[in-house]
Amino acid sequence: MSQATDITKINEQSPYYDITPGNQIYGGGGSRKFNTGEWRTQTPVIDWDKCTQCLLCTPVCPDSSIPVKDGKREDFDYDHCKGCGICERVCSFGAITMKEGL
Amino acid sequence: MSIRERMSGNEAVAHAIKQINPDVMAAFPITPSTEIPQMVSTFIANGDIDTEFIPVESEHSSMSATMGACAAGARAITATSSCGLAFMWEVLYVAASDRLPIVMAVVNRALTGPININCDHSDSMGARDSGWIQIYAENNQEAYDNYIQSFRIAEHPDVRLPFMACQDGFITSHAVENIELIETDKVKEFVGDYNPEHFLLDAEMPMAIGPYANSPFYMETKMNQRLAMKNAKKVILEVAAEFEKISGRKYGLFEEYMLDDADYVIVIMGSAAGTTKDAVDHLREQGVKAGLLKIRVFRPFPGEEIAAALSNAKAIAIMDRAESFSACGGPVGSELKAALFDAKSTASTVNYFYGIGGRDYTVTEALNVYQDLIDIADGKAKPEQFKYIGLRK
Repeated sequence: MSQATDITKINEQSPYYDITPGNQIYGGGGSRKFNTGEWRTQTPVIDWDKCTQCLLCTPVCPDSSIPVKDGKREDFDYDHCKGCGICERVCSFGAITMKEGL
Repeated sequence: MSIRERMSGNEAVAHAIKQINPDVMAAFPITPSTEIPQMVSTFIANGDIDTEFIPVESEHSSMSATMGACAAGARAITATSSCGLAFMWEVLYVAASDRLPIVMAVVNRALTGPININCDHSDSMGARDSGWIQIYAENNQEAYDNYIQSFRIAEHPDVRLPFMACQDGFITSHAVENIELIETDKVKEFVGDYNPEHFLLDAEMPMAIGPYANSPFYMETKMNQRLAMKNAKKVILEVAAEFEKISGRKYGLFEEYMLDDADYVIVIMGSAAGTTKDAVDHLREQGVKAGLLKIRVFRPFPGEEIAAALSNAKAIAIMDRAESFSACGGPVGSELKAALFDAKSTASTVNYFYGIGGRDYTVTEALNVYQDLIDIADGKAKPEQFKYIGLRK
């Protein structure tokens, strides 16, 4: 079987000959290592005092950036949250607010 | 023993497809390439081959479906002409940058407008910078031979680039000529199976194709494409050498016809090379040192090699069958003149346009071009650049 691409070794300093033909990436799950959170212009912040753990926010997040463990949501995955604000809109308890900036 | 037959260029390519039995063909009909998918559909309906035919609603979709199939791990093909090729534009570049070895039969036809169904090279010349290999056939035999060689070149690990196997619309695609076919088992053995190391349907090793590559990666991607294109030159020659063993027919990056001692040379591509050879024969009978260089491989462009082959010529006519509207020459003319300049050539060059939109180019026109070259070399006339051959005045 062929080797998975070690994408930690392909970065903005990589010479052209270290990049796979057609930029193909072999092996799954590579998007976890791609930090898209830096694209954000607004950042969701949770107020744990208001959060009831209703979990309405988790399934609507387009970037799977609201992790759930043992039936409870955890803090945002800011490496991948792009700040779309859907979670703020869906929260019935005003527990999520969008702050300006990263 | 090879098989003697009579076939049109479209039949020849369809027959090659039947012999190769590729996994997937996605195509949309357009004159004059329509017969190719039509004949392949018949072969499939008759149970001769088990190619999966995808009837699509447009050429943007035929190229997209071909790309998807190729990425999935299939040997995938299509065919088109003119506006059909133009409609694929966006996807052509994606197929090349994703390094998918698709083989496309291009039956050259003038681009609209004005609307015109006859041959010129404006369709594939427009796509010359898309990152596809381009090989042009002079006749139905070459259309068949080039098509069989194309898979080995496109799929070679050092290349992995999509491939346009071009022939002239109607002149080659519809004219029936004698042809020598190769036995199917020999064709199959020569082409081989397509077993890519990586493919989307590989459950053991999932993969991503066509990821985002902004400024930190785009240039490196292009460099890798360029190197692959450069590698193609060597691979084209290796494959041609092997093809000669099974066919007895010799191919290179270009063909030289009476070129060794030629003072006056026409450089041309496609079916009009045959017409020009006739003119060369006439002139040679009269003791005139006329010669011809027929470009077979346009992408990658063998500029250095052609310039070396033309080093003894006194005057060279470079013939373009596509306008570029640079008002400073056609695609073949511009690229070859640049190569001759770098090779420090002292030959006079003149760039003509011929056969645009299917305008006749006969032996008489070719003889007139040679007369121009003789007058230029003798200092009797200055090169009249970018003349349209056969234009009414």
